[in-house]
Amino acid sequence: MGLLSLFSKKAKAEPMEKLPSGSFRISAAGEISASTIPGGFPRETLTEIGEMFVQAFRTAQEQGIPLKELGLDYAGAKITGREARGGAVVFLTPRKF
Amino acid sequence: MSQRRNILIVDDEQDLLELYQALLSKLESTPRVMIADSGKRALAVLASEPFDLLVTDLNMPGMDGFQLLTVVRSKYPNIRTVVISGVSDDQYRARAYGMGIDVFLGKPSTDEDIRTFVDCVEGVLTREEAGGFRGFQSMSLVDLIQAECMAGSSCVLKITNGPIAGKVWIKDGDVIDAEAQSLKAEEGFLKILEWKTGNFEKLPEEPAHERAILSSYQGLLLDSAQTLDMAQAADQGLDGEGEGEGVEGTESLSGFGQITRCNGVEFVLSVESEDAEKVKSWGAESPDKLGGWAHGQLAQFRTIGEKLNIGQLKQAVGVGLKRHVALLPGSSASLCVGIQRSFSPSEVRETLKEISVKWDS
Repeated sequence: MGLLSLFSKKAKAEPMEKLPSGSFRISAAGEISASTIPGGFPRETLTEIGEMFVQAFRTAQEQGIPLKELGLDYAGAKITGREARGGAVVFLTPRKF
Repeated sequence: MSQRRNILIVDDEQDLLELYQALLSKLESTPRVMIADSGKRALAVLASEPFDLLVTDLNMPGMDGFQLLTVVRSKYPNIRTVVISGVSDDQYRARAYGMGIDVFLGKPSTDEDIRTFVDCVEGVLTREEAGGFRGFQSMSLVDLIQAECMAGSSCVLKITNGPIAGKVWIKDGDVIDAEAQSLKAEEGFLKILEWKTGNFEKLPEEPAHERAILSSYQGLLLDSAQTLDMAQAADQGLDGEGEGEGVEGTESLSGFGQITRCNGVEFVLSVESEDAEKVKSWGAESPDKLGGWAHGQLAQFRTIGEKLNIGQLKQAVGVGLKRHVALLPGSSASLCVGIQRSFSPSEVRETLKEISVKWDS
């Protein structure tokens, strides 16, 4: 056992897969209905991104500042969401360096 | 040199708002023209800084123009008011004039209407600059009283300054009494002379009114002018001590104050990173709620950025139906800025660059 453990890898947090380029549509209920994102990218992460936009559009409306589009500029990528009947269409655009 | 004038236009039709703004921005006096799409928003903007002129529609959802005018009359009695309405009903017009507005106009629909609208607004602004009373635009109150006295009139002059009213009794060309804000005789007269603008009405003589001011009108006017001069000089002396503080000039404004002067900015709000309740705002309707929203959204955007390993969030820009909204994260505080809807994406980007520079400074 001791010898075996020498060769076994330590459990490490799985690094996040590189952000792909593409778009997807999420409904107000949080269901992804269409996507051009490569299948290898975690579906849960897409849902999380999509729901963030759905919630942002909803709460902005509640604040009296209804939005039809929201662009998030990060150092390494741009993520844009467009309001779509309570849901959102989200575009992922990693920056090329 | 006169200061740049501030105009606020209120209408629930966004396209009209933008048209009025474009028209009035080109006035010879180059005023700063702000817009608000509701009465509630107008009050938030009016609370942020002094305005010289309010141009408002009457029919608006929520708080209508009359309700807005009522609040404005009591809170900002010196602001000039122009009503533009699609309803040309005489009752509407009379009610609006009864509330002390300067001009009532129909919504401009032809080139000629537009010219009239622009001329009227310029006229009201010029009148404001010159001081004076409605109906006697180029005359000060002293001139008016002097004219009545020299003519040997017997009448009562009713002068209203926003919600406050005063009366001056004139008999056979002499001022015999005055009353304003529970002050009577000479004190009341002095109070009325402090008003630089207002409404003026000449009422019939009240023969039974007893004389309370015994000096001649010349002596009274001279004494009052001297007292007012002294008060003004004392005020200026006090202002001088605090020079550089609270001055409206751009040079003396803080970074936050300078942002409010950026072209197209409708509201600005800063919220501290450590405490979402510490909010500083200009022109925002419900600053606390909006501050909490901005704080929460930025936290979410940052979290997702960290999870995706895509680096720091630089900014979030929302394209709005009423206005664009941008969130600019900072280390100790973040900004939430409302930008005029008519701005194109490139204009928004330019404005945000300008804001970032001012905010950093």
